[in-house]
Amino acid sequence: MQDNATYAVDIRSAVKRFGSFTALDRVSLSIRDNEFFTLLGPSGCGKTTLLRLIAGFEDVTEGEILLFGEEIETLPPHQRPVNTVFQNYALFPKMTVEENVMFGVEMRGARRSEARRRAGEMLELVRLERFAGRRPAQLSGGQQQRVALARALAPQPKVLLLDEPLSALDLKLRKAMQMELKSIQRETGITFIFVTHDQEEALTMSDRIAVMSEGRVQQMGEAREIYERPHNMFVADFIGDTNLLDVTVDRIEDGRAICHIGGGHVLTCDAVDGIGAGAQVHMSIRPERLVLSDEALGAESLAGTVVDNVFIGTDIQSMIQLENGPRFAVRTSNSDRGARRIFAPGAQAFVNAEPGAARLLID
Amino acid sequence: MAAGRNDIRTYRGFGTVTYLCLFILYAPLIVVAVYSFNASRSITIWEGVSLAWYRDVFTGPESAKFKQAAINSFSIAAIAATLSTMIALSAATALVRGGRFGLRTLSFGLISLPLMVPEIVTAVATLIFFSAIGFTRGYLTILAAHIAFCIPFAYMPISARMQGIEESYEQAAMDLYATRGQAFRRVLLPMMMPGIVSGFLLAFIISLDDFIITNFVKGAGVETLPTAIFGAVKQGIRPNIMAISTMLLAVSILMVTISYFVSKSDDAR
Repeated sequence: MQDNATYAVDIRSAVKRFGSFTALDRVSLSIRDNEFFTLLGPSGCGKTTLLRLIAGFEDVTEGEILLFGEEIETLPPHQRPVNTVFQNYALFPKMTVEENVMFGVEMRGARRSEARRRAGEMLELVRLERFAGRRPAQLSGGQQQRVALARALAPQPKVLLLDEPLSALDLKLRKAMQMELKSIQRETGITFIFVTHDQEEALTMSDRIAVMSEGRVQQMGEAREIYERPHNMFVADFIGDTNLLDVTVDRIEDGRAICHIGGGHVLTCDAVDGIGAGAQVHMSIRPERLVLSDEALGAESLAGTVVDNVFIGTDIQSMIQLENGPRFAVRTSNSDRGARRIFAPGAQAFVNAEPGAARLLID
Repeated sequence: MAAGRNDIRTYRGFGTVTYLCLFILYAPLIVVAVYSFNASRSITIWEGVSLAWYRDVFTGPESAKFKQAAINSFSIAAIAATLSTMIALSAATALVRGGRFGLRTLSFGLISLPLMVPEIVTAVATLIFFSAIGFTRGYLTILAAHIAFCIPFAYMPISARMQGIEESYEQAAMDLYATRGQAFRRVLLPMMMPGIVSGFLLAFIISLDDFIITNFVKGAGVETLPTAIFGAVKQGIRPNIMAISTMLLAVSILMVTISYFVSKSDDAR
C-alpha cells in the first residue's frame, strides 16, 4: 500500500445516504497530486456531495477518504488542509477583501502581519491588489469570484475544491476565468478538484475527468479519451453532441463488429468486450467525424436525403435521413467549406464515417 | 407615476377610508402631545404654550413617584431586553442551525405561542406561579415575568435574520480553519447584528410598555411607568400625565427609528 501517499485524494468505496436516498453509491476515485481533476455530471448526480465529503461538511455513511495517505473522513472541516471555493462565493460581507483573504491564514495561527503579507501576494495573483480595502458587495461578480479563489488559496491548502465556481458568470467572463484558473493551478502546483455540469468547461480545463450520474462514476479518464471513447450511453450522450443509434450486432470478425443500424444499412466498428453476436446495443458517432459526399466513397457509404441545414457559428449541421433507416447529424466546419460541399435540403448524399468514429456502448 | 386604471387610488371611497383610519389612529396621540404643552390646568381648554407640565413631572408633588417608576421601568426594560435577546439568540441558533431534530416544529411553536395567548391569561398564570412557589412580589417578579414574555418578541427578528443567512458563510469560515465557535463569533454574529438590534429594541419597547402582566405580578409599592400612570389617572387626569405620555411616545418613536436605520444601513452593506 505504499503508493497511497502519491495520491492527493483517495476515495475508497464512499457511500453517502440521506435517509433512504443514496446520493453516492460506492464511489472510488484516486486523484493525483498536482492534477486538475473534474467531477462532471448533471445536477443531482452526487458530484457536489462528493466534494462536501472531502471538505468535511458531510460525513460519509461508509467508506474512507485519504488525503496524501492519511484518513480524514472523521475530521471536522477546520482540521482538514483543504479549502473550498463556494458556488455562491460565501465571501464574508462585513469584512474587507483583504480581511476575507487573511481569514484562513490567521485561523491557522499565523501572525497578523504575516497574514496581511500573504493576502497581498494572493490578491496580486488574482490581480485585485487595488481592491483590498473594499467590501465584497462593492465588487463585480467576476471580481468576487477571484477574491473567493484568493481566500481559498491563501492558507496554502493541499487540495483546492471548487464547487461550480464559474456558473454565475456570463459566457465571456467564464471563458477568461477558465484560462486563468488553469494557469493558477499550474503556477501554484496545488491539486484542484473542480465540480461542474458544463461538459465543455470540463473538457477545456481538466487533466482528468470523472463523469458521474446517479451517485456513481460512469467513466474516468483524460478529456480526449472520454470524448472519443465513451464507455456507455450516459457518457456518450452527456459529453458533446453525438448520433446515438440502436444497432444489432450481426457478427464479430477480426476484432470488428458488423452491425445492422436499421433499414438494411450496415456499419462496422471495433468490437467491445462483453458485446457479442446478436446483441442489441447502442452505437455513438460524433457528427464532426462524419463526411458527406455525392457518390459512395467506400463499402460503408450510407445513402440518404438531406433534410435540413442549420448554421451554428463555426459549423453547419446537416440532418440526413437514410432510406428506411436512422437519421444522422453531420457537422461540416465552416473553415472546410472550400473543400467540402454543403448539400441543399432534398439533395441525395452519402454519409461516410471516419475510421474509428463509430463506438459501441456497453449500456 | 401616472395613476393607471387599476391604481388603487381611483377606487371610490379609498381616500375617505384612508383618512378616517389615519384620523382615528393618530388624532388622540396628537391631542395628547399638543395638550401636554398647555398652560391650563384643564385638559380641554387651551390657554397657551407652556412647559409647566413637563416641569411638574420632574419637580411637582408627584415627581418622586414618577422618578422611581421611570427608574424601575427603564432598568427592567434594559435588563429584560438584554437577557431575552441572549436567550432568543441561543434559541434561534439551535432551531435555525441545529439541523432537523425531532421536536423542532414543536419547539418553534412553544416559543411563538405566548404571542397568541391572551395577555390576561399569561398575567394570571404568572401570578399563580409566583404565589405557588412563594416568591414575594416586587421588582424581581416583574423582571422575571418581563424576561419571559419578551423572548418571543426578541426571537422573531433574530430568527428571521438567521434564516436569511445561508449556511455556506459558516461553512466557509470552518473550511478556513475556524472552529464552530470562531465561525459564529467572527462571521455569523456580525451578519446577525441588525436582527439582534431589532430584537433587543422590540423587547425593550414591549417591556417598557407592558401594563397587564406588570400590574398582576408587581408587589405593593413597586410601580413602573404604565402602572404609575394608571394609578394617577384613577385620581383624575391631570395634564402632567399627558407630558409623561408624550415623553414615552418620543422614546418609542426614537427606538423604532433607530431600528429602521440599523436594518436599512445593512441593506446597503
